[in-house]
Amino acid sequence: MPGKKNGSWLVRIGLASCGIAAGGRKVYDAFKARLGEAGLDVRLKQTGCLGMCYNEVLVEVVSPRNESTFYGKVTPDRVPRIVSEHLSQGRPVTEWAIPDEETSGLLAKQKRIVLRNCGLIDPEDIADYLASDGYQALEKALSSMSPQDVIDEITRAGLRGRGGAGFPTGVKWGFARKSPGRQKYIVCNADEGDPGAFMDRSVLESDPHSVIEGMLLAGYAVGASEGYIYVRAEYPLAIRRLEIALAEAREAGFIGDGVRGYDFDFDIKIRQGAGAFVCGEETALLMSIEGRRGMPRFRPPFPAQSGLWGKPTTINNVETLANVAWIIHHGAEAYSAYGTEKSKGTKVFALAGKVARGGLIEVPMGITLREVVFDIGGGTSSGLEFKAIQIGGPSGGVIPARLADTPVDYDSVTKTGAIMGSGGLIVMDEASCMIDIAKFFLNFTQDESCGKCTFCRIGTLRMEEILKRIAEGNGREEDIAVLEELAQNVKRASLCGLGQTAPNPVLTTIKYFRDEYEEHITEKKCRAKKCPALITYEIIPEKCPGCGLCAKYCPTGAITGEKKRPYVIDQEKCIRCGLCRNVCRLDAVSVR
Amino acid sequence: MVSETAVTGAPELSIDAIVHKHNVEPGAVIPVLQEIQETYGHVPPVAIQRVAEHLNIPASEIYGIVTFYAQFRLEPLGKNLVKVCHGTACHLGGAEMVAEALSQATGAREGETSADGLFTVERVACLGCCSLAPCIMINDETHGRLTPESVSKVITEMRRAEASASVA
Repeated sequence: MPGKKNGSWLVRIGLASCGIAAGGRKVYDAFKARLGEAGLDVRLKQTGCLGMCYNEVLVEVVSPRNESTFYGKVTPDRVPRIVSEHLSQGRPVTEWAIPDEETSGLLAKQKRIVLRNCGLIDPEDIADYLASDGYQALEKALSSMSPQDVIDEITRAGLRGRGGAGFPTGVKWGFARKSPGRQKYIVCNADEGDPGAFMDRSVLESDPHSVIEGMLLAGYAVGASEGYIYVRAEYPLAIRRLEIALAEAREAGFIGDGVRGYDFDFDIKIRQGAGAFVCGEETALLMSIEGRRGMPRFRPPFPAQSGLWGKPTTINNVETLANVAWIIHHGAEAYSAYGTEKSKGTKVFALAGKVARGGLIEVPMGITLREVVFDIGGGTSSGLEFKAIQIGGPSGGVIPARLADTPVDYDSVTKTGAIMGSGGLIVMDEASCMIDIAKFFLNFTQDESCGKCTFCRIGTLRMEEILKRIAEGNGREEDIAVLEELAQNVKRASLCGLGQTAPNPVLTTIKYFRDEYEEHITEKKCRAKKCPALITYEIIPEKCPGCGLCAKYCPTGAITGEKKRPYVIDQEKCIRCGLCRNVCRLDAVSVR
Repeated sequence: MVSETAVTGAPELSIDAIVHKHNVEPGAVIPVLQEIQETYGHVPPVAIQRVAEHLNIPASEIYGIVTFYAQFRLEPLGKNLVKVCHGTACHLGGAEMVAEALSQATGAREGETSADGLFTVERVACLGCCSLAPCIMINDETHGRLTPESVSKVITEMRRAEASASVA
C-alpha cells in the first residue's frame, strides 16, 4: 500500500477540489495540529478524490493491521475525538463512521481501473505513484515491446475513446503511426466542458501521473516526440498538480531526451483553454493550441494525417489515456474481461443531480442504469419518484425511468437516442421539468456555438426561442413539429459535433416526454412545477408565523406583512423565482 | 494577482517582458494574453497593440481572439471575482435562486461589477464540483452546498473582512 509503513496508523484526507471546497484544508490542519500535540506516530496524507463526493470532507483511517474506517462530512471540531479515541486508543468513533453496508453498497458494483489510485496516493508525490506500479508499464514497453506491439495490445484490449465518440483507440493510434513524417504530436484533451462532468478533473487532481504515463506510451506507439495537455482554465488545481507531476517526472527521467536511458525522446507541455466549450472538439482544440480562434474545420484531413501545424497528431481524452498504463501492465486479456462484447473495460461516471449518493464512480460496461442509480447512487435525494437520467451532457439525451434496465454500453445507449458521452450522468426526479432541461442545454450550446455554420448558429437560436415560448405558456400547436424539423436540419448541416449533437436533448425529451410538451402547450401546465410562468406561489396563512424571512429575500418586494401576522405575496410583482419557498423553514409557501 | 513586473515601470515594459518569455513557443499568442490578463486582471487596449507589434500579427486578429474566448476581459475587474456555476447539477440544485440572492448581496448582476468595485459577478457553465451543487467560486476558492442564505452570509463576511483590512 503506497505510503504506509508497516505497523503505523495512516490518515488519508481527500483534498481534490470537492474536498477542499467542503473545508478539507481546515480538517487537514486540525489533524496536523492535534497529532503534533498528542505526539502520535501517525502518517497524515493528502490524497485526491475518493469518489464519495456526497460525503465530503472524507477522512480514511487505516490501522496498522490494514483495517479501514471511512469518516464522512468531517469538520475540524470532530478531529479531537477521532484522534483521542480512534488513533490513540484504537476505538473508531462509530457514530461518525460511514457504515460498512454503505461503503460496500457503493463499491461492490464498481471496478476501479482509471480511478485505481485516486484517494489512495498523494497526487503531489511521485514516490506514491511509483509504489503503486507507476511507470512500470512504460518500462515494460520500452524494454520489451515494439511500438506496434503496444498498438496491438491496446487494440486487443478493446479500449474505445472515452471522450464520447467511442472510437477504437488502437485503430486511431495505428493511423498516426502509418502517417509519414518524423514530427508527430500527442494531445491530451483535458478541456472537459460538459456541464455536470468532472471525471477528468478528478483524475488530473488525484493521479496526474497516470495521464502522463499514458501519453508517454501513446508517444512511443505512434512515433511522437512532443505532447500537449490542453486543460481548461477553470481547473486551477488540476493545472497545479499537473505542473508538479511534470516537474517530478522530468527530474526522474521519465520526460525529456532519452527517456530512462532508452532511445525515445518525449516532452510534454501544458496549454490552458480560454473558456470555449467548442475547443473540446478536436480540430477546434488544435486551432486553439496554434493560437487562433477555436473554430472547427472540415475533416478529412483527419488529425492523424494532418493535425497540429499540419503534422500527424493523436488526440485522446484524459480517461482514455488513464487506462493505457493499466492495460499495458496487466495485459489486454485482463482488461477485456470486463465489459460487454463491443464495449470493453470500465467507464467513469460523474453521478450528480437529484441523487442521494452523488460522486465519482467507475463501473464495468454492461451494468444497468437501474443498478447505477439505485444500488450505487442510493436512489433520489429528494425522496421523490425517479423520472429520468440525462447522459452525455449537452450532446446527449434523456433516458426515462421505464428504460432503467438499459445496459450502460456504447451501442445500447445510442439505441435509446442518447449518447454515452464523456461520463456526466444526471439523475432527475418528478420535480424536474423536461422542457426546462431541454431549454437549459440548448441555451448552453447556443451560447457556445462558434458561429461558423448557419444552421448551428441560427437553428439552435430558433429552437431555444420556441422552447422559451413554450415555457412561458405561449406554445403553439405546430411547435413540436417545427422543433423536430429544425433539429434534423441542424444535425445534418453542422460541421462539427457541437452542432450535430446540440438537438439531442430536444429530440430525446420529445421522444420520451411528448405528453409533457403537449401539456405545456395546450394546457399551459408544468407538471413538475418548475417553469415560472406556469406556476404560482402562495403563502399558507395557517402555517405562516409572520417572521418576515421570505420578504427579506424577495427580489421584487412582492411579499408584505406585519410581524406575527401571516404574510402575503402580491402576484403582480412576483417573478416566481422560488426564493421564498426555499428559505421558509416552516413549509408555509405552496406552489401550484 | 498583480505581479511585481506590473508595479515597476510602464505597462508597455511588462507586456514586453511577458511576450519575450513566451516568444519562442509556436502559437504563443494565447498563453501571452492569458499571462497579461493574470497580471492586470484584464487585457488592456495597449496590450493588444503591443502584442500585435511583437508577434507580427494584425491587431484585428488579436482582437478576434480576445473576443472569441470567454476567459478574456477587456474591462477591469472588481476587487473580487465571483463565478456562479450554472452547470446541470447546479441548475437542478437551485443555481438560479443562489444567483438571485448573490446579486442582491453584491449589488452586481451577472456580467457586471458592483458600484463599489468590490465584486465582479460572472456566469460560468460548469466548475466541475457537481456533488457540492450549487456552487460558486470567489477568486480561487470554491464554495459549495449553497443556499440563498448561506451565499448572502459569505458575501457579508467578505465585506466585513474588506472593511477591517482597509482600516488596518
